[in-house]
Amino acid sequence: MAATSKPVNELTQQIQGRPWLRWMLWLGVTAVLLLVAWGLNDFRGGYYELPVADVVNVGMDWLLITLDPFFDAIKAAMAFLLNNLEDFMLWLPWWVTIIFIALIAWRVAGSRIAIFSIVAMYFILSLGLWELCMETLALIATAVLVSLVIGIPIGILAARSDRVDNIVRPVLDAMQTMPAFVYLIPALMFFGIGTVPGVIATVIFAVPPAVRLTNLGIRQVPKDLVEAAHTFGSTERQLLFKVQLPLALPSIMAGVNQTIMLSLSMVVLAALIAAGGLGREVIMALGQVDIGRGFAAGVAIVLVAMILDRVTQSLGRRSGAKLK
Amino acid sequence: MRLRESDANEAETQGGSKVKISCQHVWKIFGPDPQHALSLAQEGTSKEEVLEKTGHVIAVKDVSFDINEGEVFVIMGLSGSGKSTIVRCLNRLIEPTHGQILVDGVDLSAMNEVELRQARRHKFSMVFQHFALFPHRLVIDNAAYGLEVQGVHKDERRERAMKVLDMVGLKGWENNYPHELSGGMQQRVGLARALAVDPEILLMDEAFSALDPLIRRQMQDEFLNLITEVHKTIIFITHDLGEALKMGERIAIMKDGEVVQIGSPEEIVVGPADEYVTEFVRDVPRSKVVPVRNIMKEPAVTLYSWQGPKVAVYEMKQAGANYAFILDPGRRLRGVVTNDEARQAAKDGVARLSKMVKNNALKIGPDQTLEEAIPLAAASDHPIAVVDEDERLIGEVPRTELLLGITGEETGNGSNQQTRE
Repeated sequence: MAATSKPVNELTQQIQGRPWLRWMLWLGVTAVLLLVAWGLNDFRGGYYELPVADVVNVGMDWLLITLDPFFDAIKAAMAFLLNNLEDFMLWLPWWVTIIFIALIAWRVAGSRIAIFSIVAMYFILSLGLWELCMETLALIATAVLVSLVIGIPIGILAARSDRVDNIVRPVLDAMQTMPAFVYLIPALMFFGIGTVPGVIATVIFAVPPAVRLTNLGIRQVPKDLVEAAHTFGSTERQLLFKVQLPLALPSIMAGVNQTIMLSLSMVVLAALIAAGGLGREVIMALGQVDIGRGFAAGVAIVLVAMILDRVTQSLGRRSGAKLK
Repeated sequence: MRLRESDANEAETQGGSKVKISCQHVWKIFGPDPQHALSLAQEGTSKEEVLEKTGHVIAVKDVSFDINEGEVFVIMGLSGSGKSTIVRCLNRLIEPTHGQILVDGVDLSAMNEVELRQARRHKFSMVFQHFALFPHRLVIDNAAYGLEVQGVHKDERRERAMKVLDMVGLKGWENNYPHELSGGMQQRVGLARALAVDPEILLMDEAFSALDPLIRRQMQDEFLNLITEVHKTIIFITHDLGEALKMGERIAIMKDGEVVQIGSPEEIVVGPADEYVTEFVRDVPRSKVVPVRNIMKEPAVTLYSWQGPKVAVYEMKQAGANYAFILDPGRRLRGVVTNDEARQAAKDGVARLSKMVKNNALKIGPDQTLEEAIPLAAASDHPIAVVDEDERLIGEVPRTELLLGITGEETGNGSNQQTRE
């Protein structure tokens, strides 16, 4: 472990061993930044503005041209996943879907949640929003799947290395606090309009909790259990799969739950770039100032959210109960 | 107290057994630049000064000791004395900053990752203070964990795990989860997990400290029984002197990261190396650790069984004693005769002492403790006979000596040195 990161460790050690060195470093960086800002100042007429917007635009143009095949490939893969899932869910008769959902809810969360999910889904059907609801579910399922496939491995890496954690953390902060509209625009430019950029935007918004809670779950595994695993000569892989991941499971499941909830909250925003489903219904109602229509779609979203939340929460509780 | 039978079995090495683990000048310093702090400390800067100047904590300071194969070596110290750190250096859960640790003559720090993993799989096992069981695994799968990471097939590892669970008295609990077991039983699982891989070296990190006193004593006794069955080198960490004296064949006492004294329990109780150890052992009942050998005297009168009662009367008179030990030609103890009995026998015309002696002498071994001699002393009027394994008389313990021995008064007799080795 230690062997791989020696040079950097030595550097940080040198800095940490002498606090004044760290201060000098910070002062130096600040001074350089101030000098740049001062040098750029145009004293004849007001202040010079740093050309952040221009730089980003130029960078975007460059990316669009050079990485076009790459984005096309992603788009194709996502579209394939999404369309097949959507087609399948629309092909299933509504009662099969309801029974299927109720069965899962019953197995995982008990009879109360099962009955609730039957009633809620039937209510959505009665609102005439079934197709839109299935479209939304397909979009969410795809987004959640992609989020977890990206998020959990990154979470594992971040848990095992402080350096990765230090890099990932501010990126996650940015992903969660950057207004969604800001990345809706580039998503649109890279992937065109439609549901795929909607999924991409949703993934950006929904990945952070999967990463954070996987990271947290693994870091929370008691130190002596990790020691015990090492004592018996576990490889890093054995440590991860036999000890850390099973013990982090409740936390990871909480991450899955959060990812699903955040995906749902992006449904309406994604509809702004022509993603389908219940979100589009809300946007249309907004355009027509049709309060009733918007409300019905809103209620459907809330009901779907409640079912998904209760079921995934029970899933997390079940995996946690064994560890008490 | 256990005798060191293991030594007798290993007759090929004279003057003690083979060294299993050798620690030489081991240091562990925590902080970003331990080498810098190490050179400061080696130049003579004190621990506190190093902490103040550089923010580095010296956890283990120049520790050296040898642990023999098959012995129970106790490292005792209060919290913060570095005992847990040094034991983790032994299997490199913690990398020592400086110094050498040789296991079977092989330098541990020179091992690469793969070699170290092999050593951890086959040489070492560890039992943890707070059990460190895997809560998501059944008891049997906890016990089989070490075998599982070695890649042992499921049926075989479960079978071997069952065997050790049986050994630690947990038969019937294999399909429970650890949280369904009491603390004492959980630590049995920890012990089973450690023994399942059949290690050469067992590291017991405060293994019984988290148990309540009754369970702890029971576990200690069972553990002592268990290790007579499995021949292993055991390093036992504890903060409890009583436990150290009970479990250890040799004890290293640590204070502030340094080893203050290494010795057998009685060496530590009888001859504490400094004030710190003295303070520690102040309340230890000497009778529990001091062996009879330390206080025994030359028998005042010994007679052979072919001699007559008149000789006995004469010899006792000469020595001013009331009792005589009667030996057979091989110097084996036959019994004890009082002055009055001898006079009576002389009057009755008994020819030889062998005719009148009954096997009535109370006997004790030289390595048994004073505590064990007390009930014998209470049950008889004559001194207790000290005999070796072949029943040969090697000394006697008069009551007064016993009392003086218990209170700690030196009598200036007996061989205080080399009592166990």
